[in-house]
Amino acid sequence: MGFLTAIAWIAAVIAVSAGLAWCFRAVAVAALPQTMAKAMRTAPLTASFGLLIILLYIFAAVFADVIAPFPERAVVGAEYLPREGLDGQFILGTDNLGRDMFSRLIYGARNTVGIAIATTALAFLIGSVLGLLAATVGGWLDQVLSRAVDVLMAIPALIFSLLLLTIFGTSITTLILVIAVIDSTRVFRLARAVAQGIVVMDYIEAAKLRGEGLWRLITREILPNAMAPLVAEFGLRFCFVFLSISALSFLGLGIQPPTADWGSMVRDNATLITFGDITPLLPAGAIALLTVAVNFVVDWMLHRASGLKE
Amino acid sequence: MPETTQGRIIMSHVWKMVAQRLALGLLTLFVISLIIFGAVELLPGDLAQSVLGQAATPETLAAFRRELGLDLPAHERYLSWLGGVLQGDFGNSLANRRPIADLIAVRFSNTLFLALYAAAISVPLSLVLGILAALWRNSIYDRAVNVATLSSISFPEFFVAYILIFYIAQAGIFPSIANVSPDTSLGERLYRTFLPAITLTLVVTAHMMRMTRAAIINLLASPYIEMARLKGLSPGRIILRHALPNALAPIINVIALNLAYLITGVVVVEVVFVYPGLGQLMVDSVAKRDITVVQASALIFAAAFVTLNLIADVLSTLSNPRLVHRR
Amino acid sequence: MTQNEKSVLLEMRGVRIEGRSDETWSEIVKGVDLTLHRGEVLGLIGESGAGKSTLGLAAMGFTRDGCRISGGSIAFDGIDLLDASEATRRDLRGKRIAYVAQSAAASFNPAHRLIDQYCEGPVQHGVMGRSEAEHDAVELYRKMRLPDPDGIGFRYPHQVSGGQLQRAMTAMAMACRPDLIIFDEPTTALDVTTQIEVLAAIRDIVDQFDTAAIYITHDLAVVAQMADRIKVLLKGEEVEEAETGRMLSAPQEAYTKSLWAVRSHARPEQPLPPVTETPVVSVRGVTAAYGKVPVLHEVTFDIHRRRTVAVVGESGSGKSTTARVITGLLPPLAGEVLFEGQALPADYRQRNKDQLRQAQMIYQMADTALNPKHRIREIIGRPVEFYLGLRGKALTERIRELLRLIELEPDNFIDRLPSELSGGQKQRIGIARALAAEPRFIICDEVTSALDQLVAEGILKLLDRLQAEFDLAYMFITHDLATVRAIADEVVVMKDGKVVEKGAKGEMFTPPHHPYTELLLSSVPEMDPDWLTDLLAERAAGRAGGRMTPAGH
Repeated sequence: MGFLTAIAWIAAVIAVSAGLAWCFRAVAVAALPQTMAKAMRTAPLTASFGLLIILLYIFAAVFADVIAPFPERAVVGAEYLPREGLDGQFILGTDNLGRDMFSRLIYGARNTVGIAIATTALAFLIGSVLGLLAATVGGWLDQVLSRAVDVLMAIPALIFSLLLLTIFGTSITTLILVIAVIDSTRVFRLARAVAQGIVVMDYIEAAKLRGEGLWRLITREILPNAMAPLVAEFGLRFCFVFLSISALSFLGLGIQPPTADWGSMVRDNATLITFGDITPLLPAGAIALLTVAVNFVVDWMLHRASGLKE
Repeated sequence: MPETTQGRIIMSHVWKMVAQRLALGLLTLFVISLIIFGAVELLPGDLAQSVLGQAATPETLAAFRRELGLDLPAHERYLSWLGGVLQGDFGNSLANRRPIADLIAVRFSNTLFLALYAAAISVPLSLVLGILAALWRNSIYDRAVNVATLSSISFPEFFVAYILIFYIAQAGIFPSIANVSPDTSLGERLYRTFLPAITLTLVVTAHMMRMTRAAIINLLASPYIEMARLKGLSPGRIILRHALPNALAPIINVIALNLAYLITGVVVVEVVFVYPGLGQLMVDSVAKRDITVVQASALIFAAAFVTLNLIADVLSTLSNPRLVHRR
Repeated sequence: MTQNEKSVLLEMRGVRIEGRSDETWSEIVKGVDLTLHRGEVLGLIGESGAGKSTLGLAAMGFTRDGCRISGGSIAFDGIDLLDASEATRRDLRGKRIAYVAQSAAASFNPAHRLIDQYCEGPVQHGVMGRSEAEHDAVELYRKMRLPDPDGIGFRYPHQVSGGQLQRAMTAMAMACRPDLIIFDEPTTALDVTTQIEVLAAIRDIVDQFDTAAIYITHDLAVVAQMADRIKVLLKGEEVEEAETGRMLSAPQEAYTKSLWAVRSHARPEQPLPPVTETPVVSVRGVTAAYGKVPVLHEVTFDIHRRRTVAVVGESGSGKSTTARVITGLLPPLAGEVLFEGQALPADYRQRNKDQLRQAQMIYQMADTALNPKHRIREIIGRPVEFYLGLRGKALTERIRELLRLIELEPDNFIDRLPSELSGGQKQRIGIARALAAEPRFIICDEVTSALDQLVAEGILKLLDRLQAEFDLAYMFITHDLATVRAIADEVVVMKDGKVVEKGAKGEMFTPPHHPYTELLLSSVPEMDPDWLTDLLAERAAGRAGGRMTPAGH
């Protein structure tokens, strides 16, 4: 019976999301300027659902102060108060220290997602600059960088970050730096492979023979052609980084208390699950939902990019 | 007569390639050991200081340094550490002074057991699902599978794990705590570790399935598949005899990648299900700043990872006729 | 010939085929009729986009993914292919209708040996057992004049050369002794000298088994050797159809006539330049290698002002490598390149802006030669801005002038992306980009070989005109001797990285020749339907060198 109710719930959720996505797409097509509206019209429901969710998260992160009924770190009641407890004052109840779950969930959007975006951006900066350089310059620079990346990638990412975090401590800065450096190896691989496909083109040879400098070669000739796969990869990398940081926080080694963060919220309140309370699943679900949304959008982008090539 | 000589030349050539890969793998491991050892050297202060804290007297610090061999230069310590590791001696835990090798042995075999358990379910499952999705591409089945796998890739492991605990363990079907000891029987072991294994399966199947599908679809567009169709062969034969042999290399790599992920990615799952594996030990040691244990676990995980990739590399070389049968 | 008395094998009526792009269907084949009798060879000829391959595949009741047959009827030996079940069609394919693809290297499965792929058809269709099929394979390999017919089947595709693979594929198509074979440009990817062997082998085996064939190609001279009748297609529609002899001597339609006419364009002879004149570019004793693989040996030749030097050779002869040495992409091991008497630095990175400006390059594949993310304005404007320092209004005016020079309407084209241009227009933009630097010397690397004949013709004429207008020296790399006739003043013949012969065009096309030049010249198919027969007879008689090949017509 529990199984059947679960199925019914899933079906209902899918139906509601599809409806929301459909409405969102209709609104976007009407509201956006013509070229973007054209792209939106062909977007599958999964992609417009993803876009809608991403916008919602951004909204929550930006206006966290306005939306959240309580401050991020304030103890506002007793521990583990149930949902809607005390006349609906705490929408989702309180956590293990008596802080408002709902407010922390909202602030979590800002903290967890913000840190993940910063980390991904840094990983991209390092990885794509080095990758493009390696492919364009070639020779010993390419050899040295590629071999170094090979070795770093031979160490499993989660294990490597655990090791580095043990050594350098678990502040937010080291967390961002460590994950960004480890992840930039993956970006390097992709950027280099993409750029290598472009560098062999005759128009690059023509630009080299014209006497163009390295900077212009990379920024004007190579980068515009590498953008589509790199942007898609940014989405995928973001998901990966976001999940890694959440996993580390869940293990107690990522974002540290009292900062509101979804991974550590799951960890702190996990005991509730054994009492049949799904509240601790909400932050985990928040992580899953955003990752799903980003993946849907990336999938659509990749599909579009491959479709345009034919 | 000429057949056999040719055969011998081919084999020696392949073994040479395999030997090269092995040498490269060993070199990689050596560099990794350097990195793992060297990273600890970057510790602010030194190991003794960070273990005993600021309050320690100079005498106790000096004694502890001697015990750890910190008075020796770095390269000598590295060599003696590496020498010990090669003989199975990882030194002592900083937290409880017990030999690390004793701590690790049972736990590593537990981790391997869980990873293999998950692999035994997920590899056949994902291959079948992937090939079917490739065969029926753009069908409802394919689209549904696409959405389902994209979603399951996006779920954090602890989310999947807690959902399973909430729905299945709460119903009392399977235990939510995977408590095993060396004398647990195999059947009991399989029962108790069912939920962690399913969690891991859900996480890796999606990825493997998508890659299998992509590898096969990629091949189906190639001219020799069109040729096979124009020779009037049946669809089954085209997939099994013409597409699959050429898709082996990418599929082997995907499987290896995911097995490697299983071995290292179990960390979170082990913590959720309180499973006595190497990952949990490593997380505990990180929290306790028991650096020698972290070092040893990292090295073992990395070695397992490198070995798996090496095996995949060799297998996909052997599956490539261009490399095996040279001009 | 008595085809009319033979029974009809394939009958296509009003066949329409649609292809999908951007979610809409558009017609690729627009109602074509086709009748083929037993034992007859029909040549299907047309430029790219004519729909000839699509039509050829439709004769097997097959369409590629993203295509569908939307109308008409296709009957093979009385069986309606469009009505028949997939199982019936599958049973016909390979057994009674076989296919030979353009690229044998890509169409053989890399994972299986040739003979296994040969036997698969007969065994799966239940025509013969495995050992019988193997026996038969060796027999057909022998008939196709493959070297080592007993052993070649036990090799993997990557261990066999392109020309041999193409013959092995024809043998494979013959395996079930089909009634009909579709040849889809089987020799397009091959060098001329290899092409001859494949053509001869294909023709023999088709004759021998009295197999009907549809021979698809864009090369008139090739189809003249192979076909009994020729059908000309243009943009999915039939232009005309006639028996080979009549089609060649008296084409009816204007389009067909224009196709024929391209062959007769030739540049008038010019006297050799005076010895005293300093050549624009002078390649002196250049020896070069890729890593340890030697590719050029002692290559020496000059290129003078207002003259076109054609560098001719088959793939791997070193002609493109010579261009890389001249441009400085591949510094030579020995020798040097002089520009107007001055030695150029070997590496392009050491050359100054003016040296780089003076030598420009036009590429074979216009698709990869233009940055797909740049608009025409930037593609042509960048060299103007970079070398000549023009900015703003003056720059735009110069770009418009250059567009007018290459006969493209400036307002219409200046803000387009390369993807919004046709193949010929892209190649014109490539020319404009070279011209924008105001060079003395341009290397044209197979600039017309990716283009249809009529478009190529326009490009050659444009290059001719620009040369006279701007006093340019051209180095024209090509494998196609018809192009040489059309544009060259002097010819350099290369083989295995060496110059085997060089001189004025007139000399090159009149005997006596160097043996390799002779082989190359005699291998170029001619419009005469008896050309292949005569040539083979001559070569068999060992009288190579006796044949006259006129320069031009």
